[in-house]
Amino acid sequence: MTLQQKVPVTPPAARSRKKSVVPWGLGTALAALLFFVVALIAPQVLATHDPYALDLANSLQPPSLAHWFGTDESGRDLYSRVIWGTRESLLIGIGATAASLTIALILGSLAALAGKYVAGTVNRVIEVLFAFPTLLLALLLVAVIGPSAFSQVFAVGVGTSPGYARMIRGQILTAKNSGYVEAATALGHSRGRILRSHIIPNAIRPLVAIIALSVGQSIVWASSLAFLGLGVAPPSPEWGALLDAGRLYITQAPWLTVIPGLVIVALAIAATTLGKHIQASLEKGEK
Amino acid sequence: MTDLLTNNRTDATGSVHTDAPRLSVHNLNVGFTRGGEFHEVVRGVSFDLHGGQCIAIVGESGSGKSVTARSIVGLTGRNATVDSSRISLDGEDLTSVGAKRWREIRGRRIGFILQDALVSLDPLRPVGKEIEEALKLHGWGDRASRKRKVIELLDSVGVPLPALRARQRPDELSGGLRQRALIASALALDPEIIVADEPTTALDVTVQAQVLSLLTDTKRRGVSIILISHDLSVVAHLADHILVMKGGVVVESGSAQQVLTAPEHEYTKSLIGAVPGEHTRGRRLGPQLDIVATAHPARFAEEFADYTGPVLEAKNLVKRFRSPDGSLSTAVNDVSFELEQGTTLGIVGESGSGKSTTARIALALTDADEGSVTLLGREWSSIRESSRRSLRKRISVVYQDPLSSFDPRWNTERILLDAVTDEEPRSTAEKKTRVRELIRQVGLTDDILPRFPLQLSGGQRQRVAIARALAPSPSVIVLDEAVSALDVSIQAQILDLLVELQKQIGLSYLFISHDLGVISHISDRVLVMKDGAVVERGTADDVFNRPQHPYTQQLVSSLPTLD
Repeated sequence: MTLQQKVPVTPPAARSRKKSVVPWGLGTALAALLFFVVALIAPQVLATHDPYALDLANSLQPPSLAHWFGTDESGRDLYSRVIWGTRESLLIGIGATAASLTIALILGSLAALAGKYVAGTVNRVIEVLFAFPTLLLALLLVAVIGPSAFSQVFAVGVGTSPGYARMIRGQILTAKNSGYVEAATALGHSRGRILRSHIIPNAIRPLVAIIALSVGQSIVWASSLAFLGLGVAPPSPEWGALLDAGRLYITQAPWLTVIPGLVIVALAIAATTLGKHIQASLEKGEK
Repeated sequence: MTDLLTNNRTDATGSVHTDAPRLSVHNLNVGFTRGGEFHEVVRGVSFDLHGGQCIAIVGESGSGKSVTARSIVGLTGRNATVDSSRISLDGEDLTSVGAKRWREIRGRRIGFILQDALVSLDPLRPVGKEIEEALKLHGWGDRASRKRKVIELLDSVGVPLPALRARQRPDELSGGLRQRALIASALALDPEIIVADEPTTALDVTVQAQVLSLLTDTKRRGVSIILISHDLSVVAHLADHILVMKGGVVVESGSAQQVLTAPEHEYTKSLIGAVPGEHTRGRRLGPQLDIVATAHPARFAEEFADYTGPVLEAKNLVKRFRSPDGSLSTAVNDVSFELEQGTTLGIVGESGSGKSTTARIALALTDADEGSVTLLGREWSSIRESSRRSLRKRISVVYQDPLSSFDPRWNTERILLDAVTDEEPRSTAEKKTRVRELIRQVGLTDDILPRFPLQLSGGQRQRVAIARALAPSPSVIVLDEAVSALDVSIQAQILDLLVELQKQIGLSYLFISHDLGVISHISDRVLVMKDGAVVERGTADDVFNRPQHPYTQQLVSSLPTLD
């Protein structure tokens, strides 16, 4: 009847070792982002050719040692074009995120904090905008303003803002109805003071992660617009424009579409990974 | 209800058992591996459980009582290491049985009742289905007979309209009905043993009395019960034998009679001494307090020096809420009270009685639909928030859950600095001195200041909350279930602290609680609320010793006591 089980008092050594190194996923993402940032600031460092130099003799070459990503229909080096296109693509992504969050902050704060009628109206506006798919809303805007880098920023910004506006509204409402805001009210603090010291900081905190997530997404949306011919026009090496230009040669030279596509995906994944990590560490801090 | 109050200890372990024990636990050790480190949480627990006997395991949070209960039913979790020389059920060794055999034992031989019925029951399934599932898993009867059995079971645990209730989901049932449904599912297969982990903790006192009486009946039918509780007075009416646990070890074990009336261990004595009630009014529940007195700031005295009337006065308060279906429900119905300077007014009532809404109206955090509140003789409820702000320093609040009332980004020092009033400009250094003064006043030390609320224990958090309430030098503190979430010894410390502070600086308390023991301990005058209305009012002595209203009489008689 008596059965003495073994008690593993000393755990396996491997498990007690502290994890001090950066997880490989985050490390890869940071390395990729660093590469894109260098490409944004100093493309000449990374580029191997002039992105606009025509070389008709070497048109539509597959990837090789001389041309890492191959060449396009005019013999331009695709790798250098992708590098030079980083600046425009990233700036469009960051600009669109900035526009989107600015609109979202204004709408979200009004919906959460304004008086009954204003808040109600703004809420309806957010809901109507939210009902449109992002791309449809962006297409509509570009169709009205006409295709350009600015309209890409504006359209993607407006198109992605309703989702963030709703999120910000939710964050503000959570903070506003929290126990600590009630406690501050009971202490006799003024509305402005409570807004400054409690509601805004607690509502804004999760946005840090959202910014990183949103940049990746915005670039995908902006590229989609450019691919449809509603953004920066060729011969610009903006990534969406590269996709659009390569589209015509997809059977002869698939690398012209596949490679810029993969680059867009790589950036989006890197930015998203970073965002997820920021989010996770913020949540860990709050528990 | 009366069978609860007469002790039923016919089968106390003090008497000699000739039969073999139904369940025998010998030298039980349980530990957890967390983050690569091994923590032992239960050490050397042994006991024998006989037929129709109830053993209670009593202790505060972290004492290892729940882990002990869970290891008896093989539910300690994957990272736990259970090591025992013997756990035997009618001679069968449970230390070596596999998962499959456990599933046969659980439910059929040992039933398990968990603390929170709302969490334990599947929210999307009617409770009848839940009970039926237990029967089905063990291959009990056919479909039709199972359905009949469910109704029978619900009826046997005193659920009115069992056929209707069986079709309802947990959220459609009241707390008491849910807990009874859970007990019914534990009883479904006629187990010989029931393990009940804090079965009444979340319940109102009258519902608690019903559940306890149900468990008493079950015991009388020959079922053995292992009752886990932090509440000695709950245990007193059901247990034949009591194990007192602290830090994973049994510090005292004996017949219920002996443990409750002649405790030997210091810890048991302090636990029993810490239970507040009518008989403890005016005396300390714990040891002498080590707090530093500070004089009441003169500012307050100057402004209201001549005022001698009630510090807080409510007249005919009415508050209605609109239900989701559009109908109006009255949460507070014609409530009036006066809180005299330096005294404590207790408001007692069960959940939904309107006591917390009354507290919020008193704090002017909710507007009343009718009636008025005056604070220190001044208009309070009827004025605009902007004019109220300067007066807000005279009334502060302590909540049940201090954690949610602290901004998670702030450490203790920042929380208190924010609360230190700046009616007259003060330098940061002056404010910091005041914060240190406050921390000592609630019996804490400076090393707590850089810590965040999450890093504090429950008792420390509640002390910080009290320090924050004291910061603006108020005359009234509203305490809304302020000690309800605390272990009995911590609760005793906080109650002692409140009484001491009242003595030193003449604070007045509006003390809201569902706990009659706490209310009778601390209050000078008491309001009893039911369904939004005051059903009885008077001195604590009158209300608890000579209750007039039938509801108060029911409450007072439902209150489990140690003797």
